[in-house]
Amino acid sequence: MDTHAITWPKEGNSRVPYRVFSDPDVYRAELERLFLGRTWQFLVMADELPNPGDYKTTFLGETPIIVTRGEDGEIHAMLNRCAHRGNLVCLKRQGNESLLTCVYHSWSYDLQGNLKSVAFRRGIAGKGGMPEDFRLEDHGLRKVRTDHFAGLVFGTLSEETPPLADYIGNLIGARIGRVLRAKPKILGTTSQILHNNWKLYVENVKDTYHATLLHTFFTTFNVSRLTAGGGVLVAEGGGNHASYTRGKHELVSRADSDKLYANIQSMRDGVRLSDPRLLDSVEEFGDDVTVQILSVFPNFVLQQINNSVALRLVLPKGPEKTELQWIYIGFEDDDEAMTERRLLQSNLVGPAGYVSMEDGAVGNFVQRGIVGSEDEYSVLEMGGHGHGTEETRTTEASIRGFWQAYRPLMGY
Amino acid sequence: MTPGEVARRLELEALYTDYAYCLDDDRLEEWPDFFVEDCYYRITSAENFAAGLPLGIVYLTSRAMLADRVMALRKANIYEPQCYRHLVSSFKLGADDADGLAVTANFLVIRTMQDGAMSLFAAGRYVDRVVRRDNTWKFARKDVVLDSRQIDTLLAMPL
Repeated sequence: MDTHAITWPKEGNSRVPYRVFSDPDVYRAELERLFLGRTWQFLVMADELPNPGDYKTTFLGETPIIVTRGEDGEIHAMLNRCAHRGNLVCLKRQGNESLLTCVYHSWSYDLQGNLKSVAFRRGIAGKGGMPEDFRLEDHGLRKVRTDHFAGLVFGTLSEETPPLADYIGNLIGARIGRVLRAKPKILGTTSQILHNNWKLYVENVKDTYHATLLHTFFTTFNVSRLTAGGGVLVAEGGGNHASYTRGKHELVSRADSDKLYANIQSMRDGVRLSDPRLLDSVEEFGDDVTVQILSVFPNFVLQQINNSVALRLVLPKGPEKTELQWIYIGFEDDDEAMTERRLLQSNLVGPAGYVSMEDGAVGNFVQRGIVGSEDEYSVLEMGGHGHGTEETRTTEASIRGFWQAYRPLMGY
Repeated sequence: MTPGEVARRLELEALYTDYAYCLDDDRLEEWPDFFVEDCYYRITSAENFAAGLPLGIVYLTSRAMLADRVMALRKANIYEPQCYRHLVSSFKLGADDADGLAVTANFLVIRTMQDGAMSLFAAGRYVDRVVRRDNTWKFARKDVVLDSRQIDTLLAMPL
């Protein structure tokens, strides 16, 4: 019997057993079946490694990875694990090296992970050393398959993962291309430690229903309501999504919108920012979409909130711990005013963000809430039971889509 | 140090002491008063700071924006009750020019949650410019440079 087995409720994707958010066996199975399996995971932006020898370290799940720009000008990825005794080869987060040398016994690899030399390979004074039949080419760093999309580099350890463009699909691919329209310019990075299972954060990203309810800044300062036009696109298979809000399109009258929000705690009258430059945004993408939150299964997020653009990577760090990494970007053609606008709007997001700080804590509130209830289930029935595209955000369709993609890979 | 320099140093140490007590006593409404009107306040990581990257985890460019941050924390944002204890030390005075007097100081911030759980929430340095206004020192610029790139859970209240 498979000890990792989870009996999924007969209702399907509209029920999620709480056990999947805390069980160490489930977590270990995920590392193997999802993160080392048939999924593409974001590694770097190609522009982060402009020069040959540039490298950055990251993870597939918890498995350490090196991503390099090779002498051939291409991006390569490999496990950050010496083929000799398993030591980490690159200790720094990023750098530039012509050879990757393990500190333990000076085994050296080229930028594609091929073993180039072994210290004392021939021994000393005719004694010791590697056997005659030891071949360098048999002991490279294990290579990670990479593929690119719109300047984003993804990696997978499975040969079965379909090409990245097919994996992302046209529906969501077009929404990535819409945002990453020019050469990116990194404005800065940050990282957040969340005391919850990684899937609770991914569910939160895919949850179009919560934004104006939990993030009371939106409604308190009249920035956004669910009564604004919008919807959610869910790719075939369910795993990838993009939700959007339209700027100039209201679903109902202002009076009716006020009425709908009247009894919700987040609704307060008469509060205005005294320096509204923070919200001063310009139409950048020419399609009236003011907010777009996009995810690629299992753990990549691309966010456009007005003019604040950021990539987020959700890294599992244990059954109840997650690292959320943020890369904030602008574009090379931004003028000074545009950069300043993005920096001011970055106050909305990140670990201290006006419309995101709650997301850092709410996963932990769930994590604490479900202790002792591992055999019970969450209820995801907003918008019905399906996981398709909908022209409303008052739905949990894209969360159900996540489970639709998750379950077959996990065998649940 | 001349008597004038000693007096100035004592005044500045008092400024940082008052600033820390203001935050730790949860008198956030008074926090903007430590700044000039067209101030700059940023919380960033040492990594971003060293790379010259402009991003702030918090990035505010007027005293009114500081007041807005406090209003949002009071009226809009949701976070578990918590308090800070700032320990500020190792003052260094630097250049004194058109931008004001450069001051750097180290800080440690211990965060205590409502259930009593305590953690070393932040360590780093203030990289500031202070100016005299109406016989009082005010912050013209404050870069809160965190040694770590990681924020535990969330950062609501100012540092």
